Amino acid sequence: MAISNLTLGGLTRTQLLEMHYKMALLRRFEEKSAEEYTRGKIGGFMHLYIGQEAVGIGAIAALRADDKILSSYREHGHAIAKGMEPRAVMAELFGKITGCSKGKGGSMHMWSDELGLLGGNAIVAAQMPIAAGIALAMQYQGLDSIVACFFGDGAVDEGAFHESLNLASIWKLPVVYICENNQYSMGMAVEKAWAVDSLIPRAGAYTIPGEQVDGMDVIQVYEAAKRAVEHARSGKGPSLLEIKTYRFRGHSMTDPAYYRSREEEHQWRTTRDPIGFFEKKLLDLNLATQAQFDENDARAIEIAEDAAEFAENSPDPELDELYTDVMVDNSTALSFRYERK
Amino acid sequence: MRTITYRDALREAIREEMLRDERVFILGEDIAGYGGTYAVSKGLFEEFGEKRVRDTPLAEEVITGAAIGAALGGLRPILELMTINFSLLASDLLVNSAAKFRYMFGGQPHIPMVVRMPGGGGAQRGAQHSQMLESWYAHIPGLKVVMPATPYDAKGMLKSAVRDPNPVLFIEHELLYNVKGEVPDEGVDYTVPLDRGEIKREGQHVTIITFSRMLHVTIQAAEELAKEGIQAEVIDLRAIRPLDIDLILDSVRKTNRVVIAEEGWKYYGTGQGLAALIYEFAFDYMDAPVQHVNGADVPMPYSKVLERAALPNKNDIVKAVKAVVPQALVHG
Repeated sequence: MAISNLTLGGLTRTQLLEMHYKMALLRRFEEKSAEEYTRGKIGGFMHLYIGQEAVGIGAIAALRADDKILSSYREHGHAIAKGMEPRAVMAELFGKITGCSKGKGGSMHMWSDELGLLGGNAIVAAQMPIAAGIALAMQYQGLDSIVACFFGDGAVDEGAFHESLNLASIWKLPVVYICENNQYSMGMAVEKAWAVDSLIPRAGAYTIPGEQVDGMDVIQVYEAAKRAVEHARSGKGPSLLEIKTYRFRGHSMTDPAYYRSREEEHQWRTTRDPIGFFEKKLLDLNLATQAQFDENDARAIEIAEDAAEFAENSPDPELDELYTDVMVDNSTALSFRYERK
Repeated sequence: MRTITYRDALREAIREEMLRDERVFILGEDIAGYGGTYAVSKGLFEEFGEKRVRDTPLAEEVITGAAIGAALGGLRPILELMTINFSLLASDLLVNSAAKFRYMFGGQPHIPMVVRMPGGGGAQRGAQHSQMLESWYAHIPGLKVVMPATPYDAKGMLKSAVRDPNPVLFIEHELLYNVKGEVPDEGVDYTVPLDRGEIKREGQHVTIITFSRMLHVTIQAAEELAKEGIQAEVIDLRAIRPLDIDLILDSVRKTNRVVIAEEGWKYYGTGQGLAALIYEFAFDYMDAPVQHVNGADVPMPYSKVLERAALPNKNDIVKAVKAVVPQALVHG
């Protein structure tokens, strides 16, 4: 433990700076999305990752390119962390054909076969059984890719959470279940919803390893994820990580967040910002300079702006896209031939 | 050709597809050691082992999600849900995930999954074990829903379903497993398409549209009607979604009279859905309103006497036909 703290997760300065840049990119991207949403360029529901950057970046840094991730609707950060072009994410938010889901999914439904980003689920906890199945497919085919499944504290309340941990445990599936506990499932405080105050006993209930991690510390997240990933890849089965974090904004763009105090939000924002925390650590250990942080931030702002401009200038899907992709062979609607006038 | 049961036809299809493609595997409750609650998978565990024939915990939601994930991960799962009644626990994954993924993710993923489950009643299993719910699933764009009624169709369609790159709900019937019928000889690989109905009996006086167990009841009714000179054309839908609408409309244009015979409830069900399409596209060809033969609009009772009364029988179909086929047409 002490040794890895000194070397900061065994990462080089370049890698650490890259981690910082990615967190800054997520932050600036989400801020830009919020701005575009308020301007009416993005519709529907949008759930920002602001405050949770260390979780996505830290965890995904522990994965290989051939590993798969599944996420919930709060997925912009995971998508970009896994390597999706910010342009493709923003264009999807704008509903354009150049979006990663051709504009047919939106904020909550992003996918990339080549990056291994397998959704984007709006049904809370649905990604957990599906992740188990994908892990089963890896195991069945003798592949050593693993699956990382992100979900929130709300998903823990669903039956699918329990069923999935149980199945993954008995079949020793190579899946890492990562709970981003941001203390609130929409407006429901986790103290009111959970019968236990941590997920460790729940991991124990399914006889799988469990860890509770400070999600504002990207290196802690990275190291815990590495342990869980190694466990899965070596055939020992699933793990459950409870990563405690906080979302600085409301549940979604339309949430005024009456269920928590402004003081509490202010506290987290000013004293527990994961990017600020990481910067301070890097400065204290002489691993980076403020100038480098500023350079990263400037680049992040530029990329976010570029993404928005790309999205703005991209075309909408053609109208006949309405009827494509329902089924593989396009044998779609009941009376397909009759339905299209 | 040889004669085998519907159950054996299904088993043959599963086995042949498993031999043909090593990505194919089956999972479900009590399908391995137990051989399946309806003995469909009997012997498969002994032949293929536990990697490819998997008993699951009693957990419809996760095993359905896992089947979806397995399909996304490159396999070809055949999931058995013990009955369609229990599929309600899995319906979120079927409706919100399996049916939606390809579309909402811009055409990237596909889910080559088959979900097998029997529907229907008639064995005194009570209200929670006897439902026909195909119309619920057939309502959803993104799913294929098929209901074979004969061993020949069961085997051929299950093979097609396994080879189909889309999610297919394959709805059997508890009382069909022992029904016998002809299938091609062993070693003959054949398939039946998933989007075609079949005229099981030709006739010119009335079109009777039916599916699943009611096909056999309908054939009996047609034979009885024939004694009085009424020739019924019996269409076995086989495919609920997508629907072979051209087959239906061609027949309606010929006979001008329709009876829909189904086991399930009437309101907002498959039959009413079909009737609406017939009115929409063949209104000018109709000489009478569509006649509906359905199960009683109640939860299925246990009592033998009440259950029999709740299910449609041959006489109900005969009566419905006679309501729209005038004597003059037959003897005129």
